[in-house]
Amino acid sequence: MTTATQPRGETRTADRPFGPHTGPLRRATRWWPALLLVVLFIAPYSALPLPGLLDGPIGSPGNLQLLALCLVFGALATGYDLLLGRTGLLSFGHALYFAAGAYVTNTVMLEAGLPFALAALLGLLAGVALSALLGAVSLRVSGIGFSMVTLAFAQAGSILVQRDPGGVTGGEEGRAAPADKMPAALVGIDHTANLYWIALAYLVVVLAVVHWAVRSPTGRVWEGIKENERRVEVLGLRPYGFKLTAFVLAGALAALGGIVYLLLTGGATPQTTTSDFTLSLLVMVVLGGSGTRWGPMAGGILYTWADHRLGDLANSGAVAGLPAVLRVPLSQPLFLLGALFVAVIYLLPGGMARLPARLRAARTTTAREEATDA
Amino acid sequence: MNTPAEPHAHTFATPPAHPSAELPAHTPAKSSAHTPAAPAGKTAPPLLTVRDLRVVIGGRHILHGVDLDVAASGTTALLGRNGAGKTTTVRGILGLVPRTGSVRLDGEETVRLATHALVRRGVGYAPEDRGVFAALTVAENLRLAERPGAGEPAYDLVHELFPELKQRARQAAGTLSGGQQQMVAIARTLLNGNRIVIADEPTKGLAPKVVTEVTRVLERAAEAVPVLLVEQNLAVVRRLARHCAVLADGRTAHHGPAAELLADPDATRRLLGVGRGGHGTGTRAERGHTGTTAPEHTAAHPAARTAEADA
Amino acid sequence: MSTVVLLTLTGLGLGALYFLVASGLSLIFGLMDVLNFAHGALMSAGAYGTWWAASGHLPGAGSGGFGFVLAVVFGTAVGTLAAVLLELAVIRPLYTRPREQILATVGVGLAVPALLSAIWGADARPFLGPEALAGTFGLLGAEVPLNGLVLIAAAVVVLVALKLFLGRTRHGLVVRAGVEDRAMVTALGIDVRKAFTLVFAIGGAAAALGGAIGGLYFGSVDPEQGTSLLIFAFVVVVMGGMGSLTGAALASVAVGLVQQFANYYTSAGLGDLAVVVLLAALLLVRPRGLTGRLA
Repeated sequence: MTTATQPRGETRTADRPFGPHTGPLRRATRWWPALLLVVLFIAPYSALPLPGLLDGPIGSPGNLQLLALCLVFGALATGYDLLLGRTGLLSFGHALYFAAGAYVTNTVMLEAGLPFALAALLGLLAGVALSALLGAVSLRVSGIGFSMVTLAFAQAGSILVQRDPGGVTGGEEGRAAPADKMPAALVGIDHTANLYWIALAYLVVVLAVVHWAVRSPTGRVWEGIKENERRVEVLGLRPYGFKLTAFVLAGALAALGGIVYLLLTGGATPQTTTSDFTLSLLVMVVLGGSGTRWGPMAGGILYTWADHRLGDLANSGAVAGLPAVLRVPLSQPLFLLGALFVAVIYLLPGGMARLPARLRAARTTTAREEATDA
Repeated sequence: MNTPAEPHAHTFATPPAHPSAELPAHTPAKSSAHTPAAPAGKTAPPLLTVRDLRVVIGGRHILHGVDLDVAASGTTALLGRNGAGKTTTVRGILGLVPRTGSVRLDGEETVRLATHALVRRGVGYAPEDRGVFAALTVAENLRLAERPGAGEPAYDLVHELFPELKQRARQAAGTLSGGQQQMVAIARTLLNGNRIVIADEPTKGLAPKVVTEVTRVLERAAEAVPVLLVEQNLAVVRRLARHCAVLADGRTAHHGPAAELLADPDATRRLLGVGRGGHGTGTRAERGHTGTTAPEHTAAHPAARTAEADA
Repeated sequence: MSTVVLLTLTGLGLGALYFLVASGLSLIFGLMDVLNFAHGALMSAGAYGTWWAASGHLPGAGSGGFGFVLAVVFGTAVGTLAAVLLELAVIRPLYTRPREQILATVGVGLAVPALLSAIWGADARPFLGPEALAGTFGLLGAEVPLNGLVLIAAAVVVLVALKLFLGRTRHGLVVRAGVEDRAMVTALGIDVRKAFTLVFAIGGAAAALGGAIGGLYFGSVDPEQGTSLLIFAFVVVVMGGMGSLTGAALASVAVGLVQQFANYYTSAGLGDLAVVVLLAALLLVRPRGLTGRLA
């Protein structure tokens, strides 16, 4: 039975996309996340331009806003992967809990006049309660049935928000957050750096929570459920409770993300409730590498950046001058991202996180072939 | 290709002498373990030759290199304890699980063929779970096994062997008894004048009386077409099989005439894990295995086994 | 009374539209375990194909009489072809990776509406149909729109045709067997991949037909139409028990009727919610759907 441990070993390798190296190199690479965090933390003070990647200096409010969005989506994708990559649950309704955080917080501020901190707490609780309730129902079906049910619930939420019951949600326009209820340091273009740091803090929190949860005994059961649910049942554990825990935890992280997003964009919009929103999270996770520590984050950041930059590209003169066959598809970021997604599935199974491992494998194979030839 | 067995009226009334009785049991079991020889007594090359068959499922190595010859006539039994890899070997031969190695059918390499393409070259397969389509009728189950463009299906033979299936043609197969479902599964393999029939534990979970009936049908089938039989019931093996291969831990552990193995109680116990109650002299340590005893599938016919083994 | 008649018939019309989409989804899922997120895109392909042909781009086709029939045939053919292409180019190379198959259809489902709006704009385009189908007719005091009846008729024809295909032909037999146990079908010497392509073609044709006639029903086509209908089709498939055609038909009718009645008697939008509540209730009582089949 020694062979049974093999898949686990593979997962470990996938967990460390930039390792495992040996010796000093490995020790050096182990600290890259801390280094990256420091770089991200001081980014608002930087006037360094990144031509091609960003317009103008990094520290400009527009760029900080984009970077903050990237970080929020990197975190959201990481939280979503708690379901997809860690527990093997394909939920199509994650947008609902994100939107619950944003909308409940916003509505409580607008309608009940409560200050932001209290409203945010209620928003978070709403996300937890909603994910617990709907998770309890949708987890009664397994496999793809679960996916469809979560999709149906999210769609119901989306419809509800767009119908604007009692003028509470603002319908298709959404509603702007009330500036007078928010802390002054979080409002206005001058304070974008603060919002950026909040987004960074959110990302760190999500990464830490996911890391901790996956390492916990519960996390090991999740891994078992992902690999073979039957085997977990045979061990006498009820997968339902563990799956629900993952669902609620992911829902809470998403609701928290919704609150950060509300701060960042200054309002709640119905686009965040749609199934397309969840599908874009799915694309981010798969793009980056599902079930890995850094993959979903990288995918979320890359997707968000590409989505914005491709939009700029679509409106640029370079594209306008192209013949119709090229211009028409290039004018749609969603088309490009959909096509890119399909391409990644084919050409890069495991996402970007597997890229270093694949390169290494290719190098080893070449080396071995050379050795055989010699 | 399409040569269904001639109906023999006498087969059921007077079963022929045990095929194993015709073969002298002279080959030492040990020496043939990893170099399967051509079937003893005949010079005909094996019909199906499996070499170094390896199967990895979900990162787990199930088979580590199985070697197996299926003789061009009669029944070859594939034996082994539970979990030794018998079913995986059969599924690997058919390409139902990803596998590497070599599988030659009548000299032709088939390891790169898709399952359906291999089957169309004349393989009948009755899987372990019987593979009967529960929502389909008996007639539809049989119709699925027809191969358009490969000659007339041998319904005469099937209906002669299983008159019951004709009566129950319009019944949903899921409502049949286990024995009847097994008959559907075997009937599907006999419909096409196949070159080889692979039956995976056809007597599993059946009542003793039905076991006898299934055994008779397989005996009859083996007259016309070589059979690869995975079986735990040693009484059935004794009755049907001329040759046998034994798997242990995903490898071929033994290969030789079936009668010879079954006549050697020590080898039987060592390879198959079936003891003979108080008669055995060996201790657990002698088996060289981790000591778990396989379930006594042979319990239905203990008298027959003891009598023959002692003879 | 007249309101009830009208709501029943429009509800059945909506249910018919759901069935046209869900029948293919259910068959594809039942046979291949692929949840086809691109099915809405196939429907849109049918709708846009018909609209394109009916607006005078296809010689002989038009918005009236035989010309419209030709346009619908063209639109259905476009959807069928798109479905076959999807199966061969996107699904087939991923046979050994079921999760990725679903993800790939998600990608296609995102890309196709984006492409449609890149070519013809994101706004709804008016969909012109024959004058004869634009009217209403009196039934038990209600003025029932004709185009809803066309949908019902199309759904009934598709249901009967599919039942005959599944019950009477060898290909249908292979599909039914494959829904139960795909591996065993191949072990009987049948190339089940041909059945996959066939089921995609059938599902694509039904969805494209739904798109073509749905355009008539809604009076316009837009790139997101298929995707929004797809979600209700998913509900129908889950409720009906995946892989069951009869279940899909029953669930379509139930969903269409509940939606129409709830939307009329309560506030608009609650009908859509009622459907989801119905789904939740059903799953609590019978986790395996109406026909008790769920992977």
